[in-house]
Amino acid sequence: MDFIASPYFPVLLAFLVNAAMMTVVSGMALVLGPKKPTKTKLEPYECGIPSKDSARTRIAAKYYLTAILFILFDIETVFLYLWAISFDKLGWFGVTEAGLFVATLLVGYVYIIKRDALRWE
Amino acid sequence: MTETNMPIIVQTIATVLKIFVLLGIALQVAPIMTWIERRQMAVTQRRLGPNRVGILPKLFNNWGFFGLGQPLADAVKLLFKEDFFPEGVHKTFYFLAPVIISTTAMMCTMGIPFGHSVVVFGQYIDLRPVSLDVGFLFLFAMSALGVYGVALAGWASNSKYPLLGGLRSSAQMISYEISMGLALIPPVLIFGTFDLQKIIALQAQGFWGIFYAPVSFLIFTVTMFAETNRLPFDLAEGESELVAGFLTEYGGMRWSQFFLGEYTMMFTLSALSTCLFLGGYELPFVTHEMLLSFVQKLTTLDVAFAQWIVVLINLGVLILKSAFFLLLFAQVRFTLPRFRYDQLMRLGWKVLLPIALANVVVTAIVLGFIRF
Repeated sequence: MDFIASPYFPVLLAFLVNAAMMTVVSGMALVLGPKKPTKTKLEPYECGIPSKDSARTRIAAKYYLTAILFILFDIETVFLYLWAISFDKLGWFGVTEAGLFVATLLVGYVYIIKRDALRWE
Repeated sequence: MTETNMPIIVQTIATVLKIFVLLGIALQVAPIMTWIERRQMAVTQRRLGPNRVGILPKLFNNWGFFGLGQPLADAVKLLFKEDFFPEGVHKTFYFLAPVIISTTAMMCTMGIPFGHSVVVFGQYIDLRPVSLDVGFLFLFAMSALGVYGVALAGWASNSKYPLLGGLRSSAQMISYEISMGLALIPPVLIFGTFDLQKIIALQAQGFWGIFYAPVSFLIFTVTMFAETNRLPFDLAEGESELVAGFLTEYGGMRWSQFFLGEYTMMFTLSALSTCLFLGGYELPFVTHEMLLSFVQKLTTLDVAFAQWIVVLINLGVLILKSAFFLLLFAQVRFTLPRFRYDQLMRLGWKVLLPIALANVVVTAIVLGFIRF
């Protein structure tokens, strides 16, 4: 009974209800629809040109870089949330510390802009 | 079934009911919004829009109800369309991607409070299915998971356009998530809690959050459009360059599940914005106690029943306030042209991010002078 009383139990319950409902809707269409596959229908759509090679090829490293930068700044946001929730307790000390933290990250931010990591043209 | 188990049983039953209430609302948003959007588009662009399909047309002498039957007809059509796996797709991920997107969007909705807490069998019941001490951070966690659906849809399709669309879209979503997260720090500083119920109560005592943190509200509204892949940020499905982005290989019910996820996400973010900046489910200038006593006087019911009428009023207010954002979403779609991808990334990283950071620092310093 302990885990039912936990505040995280509704999360599990909601997940089960939602996931089941969405899977059933998706599966229903699979059962109800007609099945008339033809060769051209099953081809990947690439504007009518016969498709060459697999689409899962090497892709620009740019996206990887964006993901890495996202992790950096997202963790910064998480740390700032912790400070924000205890803002009243920490007082001016907290404001100074958070300011130093943001300033340190700003140095990194200026660096990635100087290195053109955010240029997409 | 001992006496001590009663509270847990009541709470669990209440949780299931709350889940279905919010699920019901969320599932209605997509069909109604598709109709509203097409009608609004028709008005804006001087076209007709859906105006033929009625509800029970025989019964009402063929009066079309302004085409309100259109979403129903669409749903039936989508359900009975051919559902096939194109050549070379990764079947598991191809099937899972739309399910992930719609499920995470629905999970997000589960954190929205839709009414003041009610008393049933002597127990307080908080009117939102998921009430954690991390509050609205739960919504962020769930909405961030939606990126997996987009990336998987692109990769699983085995076609070049979906792959590019999926990559672009996921890069866009994670880029704007930072600004979105930073934009909500000032409200936390001001209200001192993550709990949406407490934030709404504090706004009912003072002013709406939009007056305390207007810059946060603006940044959040902009990032809302990017997070849900709506115009002017719908680069993922830029028809002129990517056919339909990660949706290219999808059709029928699976395709519509992506849109179910998108519209649910729109509603959830609108409701979150309402709770943080526009006073949530509370009427302006009317406190919960005033409303309750007014309803009691009007209907001569006791508190046990009157509180449910108040819940209905709260629900209506929440939906009306969210509808403001939903109509804004729709109107912006017909008004603004699409951004170019480098413009989009520049706006996210070089404009919104510094503004959001500066907003946090300035709010902290001003609050420091007021409070310490």
